[in-house]
Amino acid sequence: MAGGAASGGSALTDTYAESRNWLLMPAWVVLLILSLAPVAMMLIYSFLTKEFRGGVIWEFSLAAYDQFFFDRGLFGDEPPVIEWTYIQIFWRSIWQAGAATILSLVIGFPTAYFIATRPEKVRPMWVFLITIPYWVNLLIRTVSMKFLLRDQGPLNDFLIGTGLIDSPIHIVNTNFAVQLGLFYSYLPFMVLPIYAAVERYNFTLSEAAADLYATKWVTLRRILLPAVKPGVIAGCILVFVPSLGSFLAPDLLGGAKNFMIGSLIEEQFKGNAGNWPFGAAASMILLSMVLILLMLFSRQQAKTQASEG
Amino acid sequence: MATAKFDIKSYAGFKPITLLCLVILYAPLVVVTIYSFNASKSITVWEGLSLRWYADVFVGPESEKFKLAARNSFVIAIIAATVSTSIATLAATAMVRGGRFRLRTLSFGLISLPLMVPEIVTAVATLIFFNAIGFDRGLLTILLAHIAFCIPFAYLPISARMQGIEDSFEQAAMDLYATKRQAFTRILLPLMMPGIISGFLLAFIVSLDDFIITNFVKGAGVETLPTAIFGSVKQGLKPNIMAISTMLLSVSVVMVTISYFVSKSDNTK
Repeated sequence: MAGGAASGGSALTDTYAESRNWLLMPAWVVLLILSLAPVAMMLIYSFLTKEFRGGVIWEFSLAAYDQFFFDRGLFGDEPPVIEWTYIQIFWRSIWQAGAATILSLVIGFPTAYFIATRPEKVRPMWVFLITIPYWVNLLIRTVSMKFLLRDQGPLNDFLIGTGLIDSPIHIVNTNFAVQLGLFYSYLPFMVLPIYAAVERYNFTLSEAAADLYATKWVTLRRILLPAVKPGVIAGCILVFVPSLGSFLAPDLLGGAKNFMIGSLIEEQFKGNAGNWPFGAAASMILLSMVLILLMLFSRQQAKTQASEG
Repeated sequence: MATAKFDIKSYAGFKPITLLCLVILYAPLVVVTIYSFNASKSITVWEGLSLRWYADVFVGPESEKFKLAARNSFVIAIIAATVSTSIATLAATAMVRGGRFRLRTLSFGLISLPLMVPEIVTAVATLIFFNAIGFDRGLLTILLAHIAFCIPFAYLPISARMQGIEDSFEQAAMDLYATKRQAFTRILLPLMMPGIISGFLLAFIVSLDDFIITNFVKGAGVETLPTAIFGSVKQGLKPNIMAISTMLLSVSVVMVTISYFVSKSDNTK
């Protein structure tokens, strides 16, 4: 290993440099064909004309994007006004994903901090406990959540049994249920990056602040938090991004009223709507939003790394 | 030396929140597991312990459907995990032991692409792609889609493991006249094994559990366990679904636990 510089554990060497093209070839072929080409094809489909029941006609058209943003009346001959229906669905998705992200931050930050300050030997065990539920099937976890939250479900039974409430709280099929479902799905993603950041944090900085009569909470807010900010942002992105495109939580926990982008897209391909170019356009808009977020994030990370030297 | 007036590291309230976090993460899974042993026909009323719903999964009216779905799921998961792990192992070798090269960043971007694109977008894009090239949807389309999105899950533990192995082992072997191929297969590969096993198990679970992508690229009438479960749940939550969920949940927990101990076992070297 190249001296102390490799403390991060990244020992890049060139033992197999001359065969690297062959070694990378399978990954390139598979991912170009099955990952990149499909997205490119989706982009093309979003500019095609819809066929009556699913599928497309190979004729260039902006109809899908036009339908997304503008309303031209029932017969399409009125002057365009902004179509709010789909923008509202996107806005609701952003709001739902945002609420879930804040909820996971409130629970996830103290958890990550607590784990990172345990003795070194027991930390991996804690991390393991947090990650196990993530690896359980998302569908099963969402169904479990629905089962738990039902009006006659175990949570209401428990709350009535302890005398906290008199009649069941109605949670399923509300916005709040969707937020809970998203929060539950991606909570481990919030904990892990914050944990990694706090674990690397140099606590002598906090001690120095305390020696200068800063209170604990001031130390947390003004010394620790700025230092672990990249981890917090990473956690927020990792919860927000998959929540945004989620399909299962709104479908199973939200009911028909609490439609999100994922459900809108699904409708176009599997449901009755059957408008592939429109579904492709909605997917492109979702993908662009996500990629812009990730780009801002990686630029911010690069800036932090540069300032750390 | 300053004596700490209080423990600067610990905050009141963080421990209860951590415990609350664990309760939140596990409560739904534990509740469903408990209710899967319910003797009652209704999911609401508890009537004592019984294995009847487990029996129902295997011999009940829907058992044929579930068995076929389970077989599809396991066959796809085994093949997808094997293929994606092999591809990821080769790619990791090039990325970690291939020096610095021009396409390195681009390669890494391509490998992590399935992690960055929202799952529903991958699902739709794959459906469109198969449709555009006129590829009939069925088991094969599910398998191909699974291989692609399993690659990053297999890649990450493998490359992490390889970054922890110094290249002096392979160099020593080659000083003793081993060819590069021999140094790779006899020295590097065995040392990487814990990472490879970890990667395989994670890819296996990811494939076994996938619902969204499978739901879009499967052909009509072809089911995997998650799509079969989803179909049943849409008609109402029944006790047999809780039994089958508990079994699938156990498989995932066992796999992750094995993966954890395998990758942990050699950190003591």
